[in-house]
Amino acid sequence: MYAFEIERPSTLAEAVSALSAEGAQALGGGQTLIPTLKQRLAAPEVLVSLSGISEMKGVCPDDDGRLCIGGATTHAAVARDAAAAYPALAALASHIGDPAVRNRGTIGGSLANNDPAACYPAAALASNATIVTQNRAIDADDYFQGLFTTALEEGEIITEVKFAIPEAANYQKFLQPASRFALVGVFVAKYADGVRVAVTGASEDGVFRWSEAEAALSSDFSAGALDGLSVPAEGMIGDLHGTPEYRAHLVKVMTKRAVAAAG
Amino acid sequence: MPKDHGIGASPKRREDVRFLTGRGKYTDDIALQRQTHAVFARSQVANGRIVNIDTTKAEAMPGVLAVFTGADFADVGGNPAGWLINSRDGEPMKEPKRPVLAHGKVRHVGDAYAAVIAETAEQARDAVEAIEAEIEELPAVTDMKAAVAGGALVHDEIGTNVCFDWGWIEDNRAATDAAIKAAPHVFTLELVNNRLVPNAMEPRASIGDYDPGTGDYTLYTTSQNPHLTRLLISAFVLGIPENKLRVIAPDVGGGFGSKIYHYGEEALVLAAAKKLGRPVRWTASRSESFLTDAHGRDHVTKIELACEEDGTFVAFRTETYANVGAYLSNFSTATPTFLHGTLMAGNYKVPNVYVNVKAVFTNTAPVDAYRGAGRPEATFSIERIIDMAARKLGIDPVEIRRRNFVQPDQFPFTSAAGLQYDTGNYDALMDKLGDLADLSGFEARRAASAAKGKLRGLGVNSYIEACGIAPSNLVGVLGSRVGLYDAATVRVNATGNISVMVGAHSHGQGHETAFPQVVADMLGIDESSIEIVHGDSSKIPFGMGTYGSRSLAVCGSAVVRATDKIIAKARKIAAHMLEASDADIEFKDGKFSVAGTDRSVGFGEVALKAYIPHNFPIEDIEPGLEETAFYDPANFTYPAGAYACEVEVDPETGVVSVERFTAVDDFGNVINPMIVAGQVHGGLAQGIGQALFEGCTYDENGQILSASYMDYTMPRADDVPFYTVDHSCQTPCTHNPLGVKGCGEAGAIGSPPTIVNAVVDALQRGGMSHVTHIDMPLTPARVWAAMQG
Repeated sequence: MYAFEIERPSTLAEAVSALSAEGAQALGGGQTLIPTLKQRLAAPEVLVSLSGISEMKGVCPDDDGRLCIGGATTHAAVARDAAAAYPALAALASHIGDPAVRNRGTIGGSLANNDPAACYPAAALASNATIVTQNRAIDADDYFQGLFTTALEEGEIITEVKFAIPEAANYQKFLQPASRFALVGVFVAKYADGVRVAVTGASEDGVFRWSEAEAALSSDFSAGALDGLSVPAEGMIGDLHGTPEYRAHLVKVMTKRAVAAAG
Repeated sequence: MPKDHGIGASPKRREDVRFLTGRGKYTDDIALQRQTHAVFARSQVANGRIVNIDTTKAEAMPGVLAVFTGADFADVGGNPAGWLINSRDGEPMKEPKRPVLAHGKVRHVGDAYAAVIAETAEQARDAVEAIEAEIEELPAVTDMKAAVAGGALVHDEIGTNVCFDWGWIEDNRAATDAAIKAAPHVFTLELVNNRLVPNAMEPRASIGDYDPGTGDYTLYTTSQNPHLTRLLISAFVLGIPENKLRVIAPDVGGGFGSKIYHYGEEALVLAAAKKLGRPVRWTASRSESFLTDAHGRDHVTKIELACEEDGTFVAFRTETYANVGAYLSNFSTATPTFLHGTLMAGNYKVPNVYVNVKAVFTNTAPVDAYRGAGRPEATFSIERIIDMAARKLGIDPVEIRRRNFVQPDQFPFTSAAGLQYDTGNYDALMDKLGDLADLSGFEARRAASAAKGKLRGLGVNSYIEACGIAPSNLVGVLGSRVGLYDAATVRVNATGNISVMVGAHSHGQGHETAFPQVVADMLGIDESSIEIVHGDSSKIPFGMGTYGSRSLAVCGSAVVRATDKIIAKARKIAAHMLEASDADIEFKDGKFSVAGTDRSVGFGEVALKAYIPHNFPIEDIEPGLEETAFYDPANFTYPAGAYACEVEVDPETGVVSVERFTAVDDFGNVINPMIVAGQVHGGLAQGIGQALFEGCTYDENGQILSASYMDYTMPRADDVPFYTVDHSCQTPCTHNPLGVKGCGEAGAIGSPPTIVNAVVDALQRGGMSHVTHIDMPLTPARVWAAMQG
């Protein structure tokens, strides 16, 4: 990697200030950025580590019954601390990467990066989570804007993510065999006002909602409700690990399995 | 009651103490005074003309000591191919030069065209980025059939991409063609034996050191055969006299073939060390390993099997395109020919076999021997087409194999592909397999899988391989430019403990444990007093190293011969000590005694006498107790086995899970059953990896698409089942003193067709009769696509 300076702020305010410097870049758990640096594919002048900011860590409910997760909370912490309140989310977190990844990687880092095969975007979108930054709160429906693209602006830090707790939910991940990222991941969440289905890994546009499935499941929350539906292959990713047709097929299979598992 | 020491016992691997406690010493662990670091500039394009390389800026960078380009090595030799293959028309194969650094052209992504030496690796890396290389990108060729048909040339000077067009056995061609024409059934299968990246846990690394005071060079390197590496560097590449070059291969973290070969980086660090008068070190990144380690397999094959009505095999005919990549690696021409074509009769008494292999240059990394080397390719082709024939003829796949097996009373048996199998009993292996794999219980397990919505399939397979590489006389006739003997020196020290210096190199095989078991058994002493020395050309006799499941069969035989000499000499010394004649001395349990008396001396007393030769018959016996033996095998050894596996296929997703795997192998006599089982386990994991997961893919521009673990799938612990392995069916090798055959590659040879046979069986039983073959790796996407028709 190229040489860089590193800042280790202990408060959000210090982090925001440090990030205003020319060439500064936020460093979450580093599970994407550090490998990128090692390959000399990025050359930030200053890295601002968010891992020492205690106000950005932790899992707790708010007064509205939502589950609030600090942006710098690791996957391992979510897997442990969200298990009672939101088991589907905790289960998702517990299957990201391997133990080393889960003990460094953070929810804020994952959502800010918005890798098209990451798991968290599916949970956030299916739960219509609120992405909170130092400046504003963004609905998940407005937040995800394509591959590695989000509504975040320069210097904006995800401080917290708020999840409304669904009545039932499940995440099914079909593993890309090599990386074990999601080749297709489907998060299904059933709320009183309807069902939301978010799909990661599959689309050339990143995480998306499968609205036909949502409509069908909102009136009949059963795997059978999906029988007549299909996802078009057009716009799906095709690569070494699966054609667009295969991914489109898996979206339906994984959605059915998620519904069946959610009960 | 299992033995607790000596041959047949399973002492824990003594080398594991240092490996498991972090005390192994690998090349990258070695730090020399005043050392410097090399980093290579590697081609981003698959085929390109080097117009200009301007190193001015790089040379001015902080810490930079030297920059080398191909021009610096234009006058030294190339890295040669070790085996001359002639084409069917008698023309010798094409051998373009493989330079230390690319000169004039780059020929694959990762081809090194320059190297920077600097005080630190980071400084060298920075300077590599400052090299201004003008490389004119040319159209690349990666598909073998396109390469043969014309188009871009990998090596302009040879005017073709065909290295050779080889026929085996050419005189059998007409008879094979006629037999196929006359046969009532002919089955044809086109298949791909997928390209693999070796992925040793330790990446390649080399340190060059030069002593200006003596003119001595030392190379520390990740090698499976330090003497062979020294020979190649000395005789072909740099011309350093052999006696001025010491090659040390310390602990090596896996090779699987990829560390047999000499690579340009080794020559570079030596030449740079001489120029700078300082040690020069290099350790490959994992990315460099993907781009530049010699890859394995990569065959495209059409095989035909002609049968009688009852399933009797009449002929196998094969046409194979074998990728050799951009340059000929050291064994690359032997692998698709004499390690492949000669095995194309399998375990069968088929009368006609003909093999045609076209070796093809492409703009990809060199391809060479990888665990199994040619024999997995042969086994896969044979066993897949047999499975297809069985299915179409309505004969049970076990039964069709049994009908064609060479029978126990036919050994020694000369196969239609020209090898003489010394011994074997293939029906016994199949019998054992039937019991251990509980083949008769399959239907019940299939029903249970069906109840879960899964398609269960059963695959069986039998294989033979040629190991104990190799009889020098035979391979010399076949084109080998080296002998393939091995050597051992047994040095009994004055205090009675023993150092055994061996030409074989252990990088996972457990020699440090198994070889002492042999010596201890012969001498009747405790194996803990025996130490193995390997990996340092200045300490060990000239041996050819470790590959081709040869270490025990060839080097172990040299150990036996040297120990025989030790016993013979010690007997004479004992006779003198006991004032008896040699003929009256008996040697048993570490004691020499005079027959019919209670007079005896222990082995340790004899050793001491040899080194303190007071009252010693100096006219008849030299002092000391040290003997060397070279062993050249009379034939290959022929391990064989019968494998079965059961898979479950998820009909919705195409995911294959291996539910049961049973491997019954005949390795002849077994020295350490635990190590043998471990070798089989590792081989099975690699074979399952090839069958289900691993595939090295280049796009049409020669860019490698699977250049990291993000896209290249290695088998992991949760991908493989608990194996059932057995090696109790033993027909000992008839021509080496231990009766051993070799076990290192069997698992990787026998398992891929077993897996594919099982998946095809699962889909066929599931009603998808259109699925007759799926090319490896059988990824979920490929299986699903095959199911769709």
